[in-house]
Amino acid sequence: MSALRELIPLDPPRLMKAAPILRMEGITRRFGKVVALQDVSATVYPGEVLGIVGESGSGKSTLLRLMNLEDTPDGGDYRLGIPEAEGNLFELGRYERRMLRSRRIGIVYQNPHLGLLMRNSSSGNVAERLLIAGERRFAELRARAEDALSASEFPLERMDAPPIELSGGMQQRVQLAKAIALEPALLLLDEPTTGLDVSVQALVLDTLKRLQRDRAITMVLVSHDLGVIRTMADRVMVMRRGHVVEEGLADQIFQDPQHEYTQALVHAKL
Amino acid sequence: MTYDTVLLARTQETPAEQPAAQPVLEVQNLTKCFEMHHLNKRLLAFEGVSFRLFRGQFLLLIGRNGAGKSTLLRTLYRSYRPRGGHIWLNTAEGRIDLARAADVDIALLRRREIGFVTQFLNPRPRVTAEDIVAEPLRLAGRSKEESLAEARRWLEEFGVKRALWAAYPSTFSGGEQQKVNLARALILPQRLLMLDEPTASLDVETRRALVRRLAALKKAGVAMIGVFHHRADIAELVDSELDLTTKEVHDVAE
Repeated sequence: MSALRELIPLDPPRLMKAAPILRMEGITRRFGKVVALQDVSATVYPGEVLGIVGESGSGKSTLLRLMNLEDTPDGGDYRLGIPEAEGNLFELGRYERRMLRSRRIGIVYQNPHLGLLMRNSSSGNVAERLLIAGERRFAELRARAEDALSASEFPLERMDAPPIELSGGMQQRVQLAKAIALEPALLLLDEPTTGLDVSVQALVLDTLKRLQRDRAITMVLVSHDLGVIRTMADRVMVMRRGHVVEEGLADQIFQDPQHEYTQALVHAKL
Repeated sequence: MTYDTVLLARTQETPAEQPAAQPVLEVQNLTKCFEMHHLNKRLLAFEGVSFRLFRGQFLLLIGRNGAGKSTLLRTLYRSYRPRGGHIWLNTAEGRIDLARAADVDIALLRRREIGFVTQFLNPRPRVTAEDIVAEPLRLAGRSKEESLAEARRWLEEFGVKRALWAAYPSTFSGGEQQKVNLARALILPQRLLMLDEPTASLDVETRRALVRRLAALKKAGVAMIGVFHHRADIAELVDSELDLTTKEVHDVAE
């Protein structure tokens, strides 16, 4: 504990001129007596990848669900730095949240069943997003679904196959294509490679890296896998028991962790 | 170079009574220690380090093993969080204390103003050698074609075989990886360049190419601070030395 208190406190950003894409402040979420999140704050700037690490039950997925407006906290403020989202987003009604979610926030879940209709065609899964946004021309829907699928490095000859017939790595690519079809302001990734073979995992991570580099998509990546976080993230937030215990540049978190818990986590990995 | 024009512009704006030459880097009383919770121990890496580094100056770090040479470089780069002191960097947008700058600002500075060369490449899956080298240029806003052409020129200069340019460096030998690493780290002249034993594991030819590139960067005004195992490699470039054992800086005679 003392190590963190004795650190030189950091100044607010000065060179970064862009406003944050995402700002959460004082988020608290309880499930009955269990405190899932206690006064959690997070800021993400345009084009950044924020990694969130922590063991099961640390609250990282709960936080991501709140970012996706799937849930409402017991307290706290959430703002997105885009023109169509004004004020505290937790005060929006269900319909407005849904519209915002489907138009401006993309999400990839660990479990593809949560994100996809497994028996519909893959292209149809992607096109659904575009339909919600009001696109009705078939040729346009198909062309844009194709774009999104190829940006996710999905083999187009299989675009009409339903996800249930695809491998895990391919299912994640369909989720990713769906998530980026509308060019979201924010892409949320909840353990996107957990459960995949190491080689497939590397391919999916590489696709994400490529997307990030070519389109500068802002991402929040939740994973308990430190290797994944290390490959992807610019900055890292370490969570434990509903609290943020440490936050820093990715290389600093891995090379010079300050908090006792982060040190144990990093050493366990090595 | 962009920062040269910026520096030039600023020199012209500087009122006559102010000293013309501001140091690029001014380190004051810098202290770093490591808190090792599992051992319940605190390890002091160095304390009270102060020095100034000017445009086009090459500062060599010397001192015993464990004197904290690499640790100092990593602290300046903010891979390590300092415990006390100041790291003033004169940037295009004014003086910034790297010991206190926000993480996002450090990330920006690493793109625009501060370079760091280590012994190791961190190869990423399925990214080709030429893409790795071209990336800093692309991040700086250059076109894909221009960046790739420039990247290939530097791969050639550092002696990476043409057949490897479009291959993935994760399978390269240590020496070849290091060449890719150098080409990437030195492709974009930055205001401040830190070098952590970059000549380790290099053959004679590549070592010469590296020294040529460093000399050119120095001439272009890049300030450099580095640790070198074989001093003879870069003897001709060194302007001054900082001995971390005694914490004294002295100039090296021509």
